[in-house]
Amino acid sequence: MILYIMCFFLFLVGVYGAITKRDLIKIILAIGIMGYSVNLFLVLLAYRTGALAPILKKGFNVTMVDPIPQALVLTSIVIELGVTALMAALAIRIYQKYDTFDITKIRRLQG
Amino acid sequence: MQNNFPNEGMSVIVKTITRFTVWLIFLYGLYIVIHGHLSPGGGFAGGVIVALSYVHLTLAYGKNFVMERVNKFAMNSIEAIAAILIVLTGLVGLYVTGYFLANFMGIGKLYTLISAGYIPMLNIFICVKVGMGLYLVFYYLASFKPQEG
Amino acid sequence: MPVDIWLYFILGFMIIGSIACLEIKNILSSIITIGVVGLSLSLAFLFLGAPDLALVQFVFEILCMVILIRAFAKRSIEVRALQRDVPETIIAIVILASIFVLSIFAFKDMPSFGKPIVRVAERYLANAGVETGSQNIVTAVILNYRIYDTLGEVTVLFTAILGTFTILRKTGRKKRHAE
Repeated sequence: MILYIMCFFLFLVGVYGAITKRDLIKIILAIGIMGYSVNLFLVLLAYRTGALAPILKKGFNVTMVDPIPQALVLTSIVIELGVTALMAALAIRIYQKYDTFDITKIRRLQG
Repeated sequence: MQNNFPNEGMSVIVKTITRFTVWLIFLYGLYIVIHGHLSPGGGFAGGVIVALSYVHLTLAYGKNFVMERVNKFAMNSIEAIAAILIVLTGLVGLYVTGYFLANFMGIGKLYTLISAGYIPMLNIFICVKVGMGLYLVFYYLASFKPQEG
Repeated sequence: MPVDIWLYFILGFMIIGSIACLEIKNILSSIITIGVVGLSLSLAFLFLGAPDLALVQFVFEILCMVILIRAFAKRSIEVRALQRDVPETIIAIVILASIFVLSIFAFKDMPSFGKPIVRVAERYLANAGVETGSQNIVTAVILNYRIYDTLGEVTVLFTAILGTFTILRKTGRKKRHAE
């Protein structure tokens, strides 16, 4: 149970970074940390003590870990990269227009 | 093939080593894609490894060397065609069995390379799509020039 | 050593690494620190019996670091010290600490670590070799039993990449007609 609590603590570190920091790049990194913690939590739910990885081998009949959360986390990791690339592109455009990464100085929407 | 920009990119040692390692990384990516149903890996991991081999080439030789050899329109088209082929496979499954994206090819023998229905074919389509797409993101990022005004 | 002790160590390392990543002032160092956090997550996946995921996380983390360094390292390479607002930070820490304390009651009801509730997966584990013909069960799940979700994932990735292209296009349309 302590593993789940530590995983939630990692998520809260990411939330702290996303709501307190003034630097746009730190906000992007904090959202990445939140993504890591959620993926780790899903894989922690699927573990069976003493079981092996879910790959069949000829002549062996062993207990294996749960494969369904692993399939969901595979999807999640791929989408995380696309979202991070999109956020980085947006941050570059913002820097080009406002010449700063400080979110308190980016006020008006310039058309 | 001549190099019109010999002073860009990294040093001569890195450029010489890159000529060997680019093909090794590409071959490793293809191995992981094709053996996706036999060992850990699959289309997504292999696609990103193939994209990383292109990124390795771009980082070592400089972006101008790559920009005059890469056809952007061809890479965009190949990525879109691979995505359309995935949907077409689903429609063929709908036509053959009556369920969208059903496994219409033969199952084959377990533990062999040619088995598991359409899973190797779909792995190759996904590899092409993910690899081209992610390399193009890096390419546009590298050739982005902040213009004035 | 049982797996639990390795996982405590790796999770502690990830927490310290992520706190360090958010507090370091230099941008290049923060990006490298988050790369370290991602690679230790890949190691945790390997201990939890998911080699497929460890491979995917490792490779995607490398590409993510390359993209972030290419995007940000040149534009802000000096050390910038932005002052923070102290009352807001204290209020945020107090609220997050109370959420953390209240969540411990929720985690008491979860199944204990190592004994999952497998109801759907038993059928997949027993029949995956015969029904799909594939040796890797995770690939069989994402490309045979749950292929519609994979189609949705490919669509989302396509849309995100298309959005990145649109944002990073060279010329806008406004500057051409300058009248």
